Amino acid sequence: MSDTAVAPSKEKTSFRGNGGVRGWFGRQPTWVRAIVTVVALVLAILLPYAGDVPLIGPQIVTQGIDWPSSLFNMSYYVLLALGLNVVVGYAGLLDLGYVGFFAIGAYGTALLTSRDSLLYAHSGWSWLAAAPVALAITMAAGLILGWPTLRLRGDYLAIVTLGFAEIIRIVATSTPNFLRGDRGFTNIPHPPGQGSDGKPIFGVTDATPYFWLGLGVIVVVILGVRNLDRSRVGRSWLAIREDEEAAEIMGVRTTRFKLWAFAIGAFIGGLGGVLFAGEQGFINSQTFVLQFSILVLAGVVMGGSGNMAGAILGGALISYIPDRLRGISDPFFHTDLYEYRFAIFGVVIIVIMVLRPQGLIPSRRRAMELKDREKEVAPQ
Amino acid sequence: MDFSGLINDFGPLTVTGLAQGAIIALFALGYTLVYGVLRLINFAHSEVFLLGTYGCLIAWGWFGLDQNSKAPNFGAMLAYMALGLVVAIVASGLTALAVELVAYRPLRRRNAPPLAFLITAIGASLAISETVGVLTHRNQRGVPPIIQARTVITIGDTHITNLQILIVVLALVMMFVLDRFINGSRLGRGIRAVSQNPDSAALMGVNKSRVISLVFLLGGLMAGIAAVMYDLKIGVTKYDAGFLLGIDAFTAAVLGGIGNLRGALLGGLLLGVLQNYAAGLFGSQWLHAAAFVLLVLILLFRPTGLLGESLGRARA
Repeated sequence: MSDTAVAPSKEKTSFRGNGGVRGWFGRQPTWVRAIVTVVALVLAILLPYAGDVPLIGPQIVTQGIDWPSSLFNMSYYVLLALGLNVVVGYAGLLDLGYVGFFAIGAYGTALLTSRDSLLYAHSGWSWLAAAPVALAITMAAGLILGWPTLRLRGDYLAIVTLGFAEIIRIVATSTPNFLRGDRGFTNIPHPPGQGSDGKPIFGVTDATPYFWLGLGVIVVVILGVRNLDRSRVGRSWLAIREDEEAAEIMGVRTTRFKLWAFAIGAFIGGLGGVLFAGEQGFINSQTFVLQFSILVLAGVVMGGSGNMAGAILGGALISYIPDRLRGISDPFFHTDLYEYRFAIFGVVIIVIMVLRPQGLIPSRRRAMELKDREKEVAPQ
Repeated sequence: MDFSGLINDFGPLTVTGLAQGAIIALFALGYTLVYGVLRLINFAHSEVFLLGTYGCLIAWGWFGLDQNSKAPNFGAMLAYMALGLVVAIVASGLTALAVELVAYRPLRRRNAPPLAFLITAIGASLAISETVGVLTHRNQRGVPPIIQARTVITIGDTHITNLQILIVVLALVMMFVLDRFINGSRLGRGIRAVSQNPDSAALMGVNKSRVISLVFLLGGLMAGIAAVMYDLKIGVTKYDAGFLLGIDAFTAAVLGGIGNLRGALLGGLLLGVLQNYAAGLFGSQWLHAAAFVLLVLILLFRPTGLLGESLGRARA
C-alpha cells in the first residue's frame, strides 16, 4: 500500500527538478540563451552604478565601505569560489587550506615587485610581468602539496590541507626578512594602462576598473572551467567523485586527475591573490587567516557545490553580506555587525547542510547523487 | 638551527614537553573516541575544549578570583580545583552533546555523505569560537594562580614543578580509568561493539544513538579536564586557543593510531616532547609548523599510526 502512495510523489519531485528557471533556460534555442547571457554580462558590468538606480539602488549599495571596493571584493571571492568549486565540487576533494594558494599568489606578486622584497635589486618587475610567474609558483605549490597528499582519504586530506595553509601563515609571520610578517609588503604596483588624459586607469581612489578587470578574469575562468568540465578531464572528475575505486578499475588514472583538479584550483586561487595584491598595493600576514578558506568553502557549499552558477552566487554572497553589514551596529552590544560575520556563517553552514545539503542552486548531477545515496543506504 | 640550545636544554624541554603532551593526549581522546565509533573527524571538538577553558575561569570568577588574586591556601586550593574541574567538565560535556545533537544527528538521520558531517562540524566550530571571540572582544583572559608552580624535584639543571607532575599524573589516571571503562564495563562493551560493526551491534540490541551520545560525552569530559590543566599551565586562554591546540591533539591521535585509546596517550606525549625539541632547535614560533610536518610524514609513511587504528579489538 505505502509503495503505491510513495511512487507518484517521487516521480513528481524528479520532474520538478527540470522545471524552474534553469529548466526554462535549457529548453531555449541558442540565440535566446546568447541574448540572456549578454544581458546578464552587461548588467554585471553596470553594477558599479547600481547606487544611481532610484528606490532599490540605495538599499543595495554598502554603507561602511565604498561600493566599487565592495564589488571588487566580491569579484575575487567569486574567483576563489570558482577555483575551490573545481577541487571540492568537481573532484570531490575537501580542501580546507585554499587560502594558502591565494596567499602564494599574492606573496609571489609582492616578492617580485615590491621595493621591500629581498629580490628587489634596482627596479622591481611590473605587475603584468610578475603575474604569470606568481601563477606558475602557485600551480607548482598545488602540485607539490597534492602529489604526496592526494592518496589520503578525504578527511585526512582536509586536515593536511588545513595544516598547509597554517604553515604558510606561520612562515609569513615568522620570517621577518623574507615574507616580513606584520610589516608586510608596501608599494606593490597596480596593473598597467593609461587613460586618454594621461592618468593611470588603475588608480588608488576608484576601484571600478579593478572590478571590471576581475569580471573579465571571471568570464575567462568560467569559459575555461566549463570546457574542462565537459572534456575527458571533467568526466574523470565525476567518476572519481561518485566512486573512486570503481573509477580506478574502469581505467581512470585517479591520482593524476585529482592532481589536475588541485593544480587548476591552485591556479585560480593564485589568480585571486595576484589581483588582490595589485588592487591593495599592500599585503601582510594578517590578510591570510584560516577562517578565510572556511568562508570560501561555506560559499561553495551554500551556493551548491559542483555547479558554477551556485559557486558564483555563494562567492558573491559571502563577500556581499559582511560588507553590507559593515557600518551597522547591533542593538545589544553596539558592535559592528561585521565582527559577527564568521559566527553567522558558522550557523548558516549548519542550517544549509541540514535543510538543503545540495545548496541553493544545486548541480543537477550532485542532487541525483545525493538522492541515489539516500536510496543505497538503508535507513536506520 | 641551534643544536647547542637543544642539547643544553634537553632536560627542561623534555619535562615541559611531557606536561604539554599529557594535555594534548587528554584532548586527543575526544577525536579518537568519536573517530573510533563514527569514522568521522569531530572538527568541533576544539570548541568543546575551548568552552572548558572558559568554564572553569567563570566558576573561579564567582569567588572573585582573577589573575591578580593571591594564591589560595592548600584547603581552598583543593576546593577551587574540584569546583573548576566539575564546571569545566560540565561545560565541555554539554557542548559535546550539543554539537552531536545539532551538527551530527540530523545528518545521520538522512544518511548524508561523510563530507557533509565535516562541514557541519566546521560550521559549529566556527560559530562557537567566533561567538566567544566577539563576546571577549578577542582579548585573552588571565587565569588566577590556583596552584603556585613550585619546583619540587631537581635533577641536574632540570627543575620539575608540582604542576607538571600533577598534569602528567592526572592524565595517566584518567587514561587508566577510561581504558577500564571502555574495556571493562557494560557501556564500554556497547561502544566497542558499535565501533566494530554498527549494524550487527544494533541487531544485538545496542542502542546506537545512545552509544554515540555517550562517546561524545566521554570525549567532552576528557577535554574538560585537559582544559583546566591547560588554563593552569599556560595562564591565559583566548577564543582561538581550542583551534590551535586542537590541531596538535588531532595530530597526536593520528600519530598514535586514530581510534586507539592507548595510541592517543602515546601520540600525545610523543608529540609534546617532539614539539618542544623542534622549538628548541628552530625557535618557538615553529612549534605548530613542526606538528603539521610530522602529521604529513606520518600519513605518508604509516597512515594507521604507531599502534594501529582500532577502538575494539577486531579491525572493521
